[in-house]
Amino acid sequence: MIDFTFTEEQEMFRKAAQEFAETQVAPKVPEMEKTGKASQDLVKAMAEAEMMALTIPEEYGGLGLGYTARFIALEEISKVSVAAGMMLQVFALGIEPILKFGSDAQKKNFLPGLATGERLASTAVTETTGGSDPTGIRSTYKKDGEDYILNGRKCFITNSHIADTITVLAKDDENPKAFSTFILEKGMEGFKATHEENKVGMRGCNTGELAYENCRVPKENLVGVEGKGLGVALAAIGDVGRGGMVACALGLQAACLEVSVKFANERILYGKPISRLQTIQNKLADMKIDLEAGRLLGYKAASMQDKGERSSNEFAVAKYFTTEAAQRAAKMASDIHGGYGCMEEYAVSRYMRDSFVLGPSAGTSDIMKVIIARWTLS
Amino acid sequence: MFKIVVCVKAVPDPKEACNIKIDPATKTLMRCDVPMVLNPLDKYALEAALQFKAEFDAHISVLSMGPPEAGNIVKECLALGADRGFLLSDRAFAGADAFATAYTLAKGIEKNGPYDVVFCGMASSDGSTEWVGPEIATFLKIPVVTRIKEIVEYNGQWWTVKAELENGYRLVRVQIPAVFTVTRELNTPRRLSFSGIIKARKKEITRWGIQELGVPEESVGLKGSPSMVSTIASMDSRRKVEILEGKREEKAEQLVQRLVNAGVI
Repeated sequence: MIDFTFTEEQEMFRKAAQEFAETQVAPKVPEMEKTGKASQDLVKAMAEAEMMALTIPEEYGGLGLGYTARFIALEEISKVSVAAGMMLQVFALGIEPILKFGSDAQKKNFLPGLATGERLASTAVTETTGGSDPTGIRSTYKKDGEDYILNGRKCFITNSHIADTITVLAKDDENPKAFSTFILEKGMEGFKATHEENKVGMRGCNTGELAYENCRVPKENLVGVEGKGLGVALAAIGDVGRGGMVACALGLQAACLEVSVKFANERILYGKPISRLQTIQNKLADMKIDLEAGRLLGYKAASMQDKGERSSNEFAVAKYFTTEAAQRAAKMASDIHGGYGCMEEYAVSRYMRDSFVLGPSAGTSDIMKVIIARWTLS
Repeated sequence: MFKIVVCVKAVPDPKEACNIKIDPATKTLMRCDVPMVLNPLDKYALEAALQFKAEFDAHISVLSMGPPEAGNIVKECLALGADRGFLLSDRAFAGADAFATAYTLAKGIEKNGPYDVVFCGMASSDGSTEWVGPEIATFLKIPVVTRIKEIVEYNGQWWTVKAELENGYRLVRVQIPAVFTVTRELNTPRRLSFSGIIKARKKEITRWGIQELGVPEESVGLKGSPSMVSTIASMDSRRKVEILEGKREEKAEQLVQRLVNAGVI
C-alpha cells in the first residue's frame, strides 16, 4: 500500500515553516520588491530558524531532516515569497556537492558554518555558452604545483553576491572533456562577484555574475575526483536544484489559488460573488487540479530522494509540470482579479512576474522535456 | 525542582473563523471541516512557563483534555519546549462545560503529582468563558489571579504579578501554588523550531482516561456539566456609509465630531 499522508512530525515542520514565512518573510517582501536586493535581515532570520541546516547531517551541525522536510519548508516559504524560497533553495544546492561528494575534511571544514548560516552557499555552473549543456562552459582550471588556477566567468548565479562558499564547475585547460568542481570562497584573490542582475520577478533574490581571474585554489578545495566534476554538478542540480524549483512552484501555485478563492468570494458581480459564476469556478478547479497533481509528483520525488534513490528524472517531470502550472495559475489568478490583477498593491501582479522566472531556473521546460524524453527512450 | 503545569486546549483554527459553523440543534461548534490548533492564548501561558524555566530549574508538564487528535497540540507544546505531555481523553469527557473541564483538568494535575504553578490562557478562542482557570483553582483549593499581563517578581513562595483591568492593572502578591491565567500582553510566544520538533521525538505523552483518573462518570463530560448553552447567535454586522459634504476642512471637522460621538476618539 502507498501512504500519502504526512507524518505528525512533517505536519509540525509545515507549521514551523508557515509561522516563519508569515512572521519573518512576509514583512520583508515590500522592501525586496522595491530594491530587488536580498534582505540581510531575512537571511539572518533564516539562519536563526535553522533553515540552512535542514539537509546537513547532525554530525556536521545540521538537523539531518532530509529532503521532504526541505521541500515542505520551501513550499511554505514560497507561498509567501518565491524570491525567499529561491534564495533558500540555492543555499541547499550549494551545500549539496560538499555533502554528497566532499571529503571528510571538506565536510568538517565547511558544513558547520553553512548549517548555522554563518556562511552562505551557492553553486555556479551556468555561463553564457552553457547552462543546461554544462559541457559548453569555457571556464578553465590548470594544475600549478599543489594548487589549481581557475579562469572564467559565470552568469545567472543565484546568491552570487551574498554567498561565501561557492562550488564552481570548470574544465581542464588541456583536456576539454575533463571537468572538475572546486569550492571557491569569498575573499580568494582573483575571485569576485561582478554584475548584479535586475530581474522582472523573484525580486529580492540576488542573481548575478562571478568572475575568477588567475584564482589560485588549493587542492583541498577540489570536490570529488579530478576530471569527474560534471557528475558532481549534475547530481546536485538534477536532484536538489530541480527539486527546490518544484517546491517553489508549488508554493506559488498555492498562493495563486488562495488569493483567487478569497477574491472570488468577496468580489460581487451581478449581485453575487464571482465565485458563483461557472467560468470562475472552472479556473479555480483547474488551479486546484494542477496543485494536487503537482504535489503528488513533487512529494513522490522528494520521498525517493530521502530513500537515497536517484530522483532527477522524477523531478524533471515534476519541474516541467509545476513550473508550467505556476504560470497558468498566475495567469488565471490575474484574470480572476480583473483590473486589480494589474495593480502592484495586489500580490497577483508579483505572482505573475515570479512565475516567469520559475521556468528557466534549473532548466527550462523545453530542457525538462529533453530529459524526460531521454528517460522515456532509455 | 520547580514544577509547572500548563493547561492547553485544541480549538478550531481562528484563521478559519469564516468556515466555523454553529449546529442550530446542539448549539455546539461544527468543527469537522476546520483544522484544530493550539488555543492562541495558551501559547502565552506556555511561554510564561518556558521563560521561567530559562532562568530557574523547572519542569514543565502540559495538560490537555480533548479527543485523541488533540495529542497533536500537546506534541506541539513539547516541541516548543515543555518536558512532558498529558492528554486526558475519553468518550466520557465529551460535552463537558467549563466546570466539568476544570474538574477533569484538576484531577489530572493532582494525579501528575506536586506542582508549584499552573498557567492557563485567559480564555479559549472557541468557548471564551474565562472560567476554566479560576475553576481549576477552586477544585485544587489554591489561589488564582486572572488576566495577568506581567510577572513582576518571583520571590520564593510569593509571586508578584500585574493583573489587567479595563483601564489599568492590579498589582497582586500571591502565595504559590497558584493558578495564573494570562493575557497576550504577558510575553511574545516563541515560534516552533525544527530542532525543537526533533527534541520532542524523545518526549513522552501520557494518555489518561476516566479509569486512570479514577473519577465517577457523573462528574465529567456532559453528565458532570451543570451549565448548558441555551442559545448562541452570530453578530450581524453591516457597513454604514455616509458621504460628508463641504470643504476639506469642514469635512475633516465633521469626521472628527462623528468619531468623537461614536466614542472612537
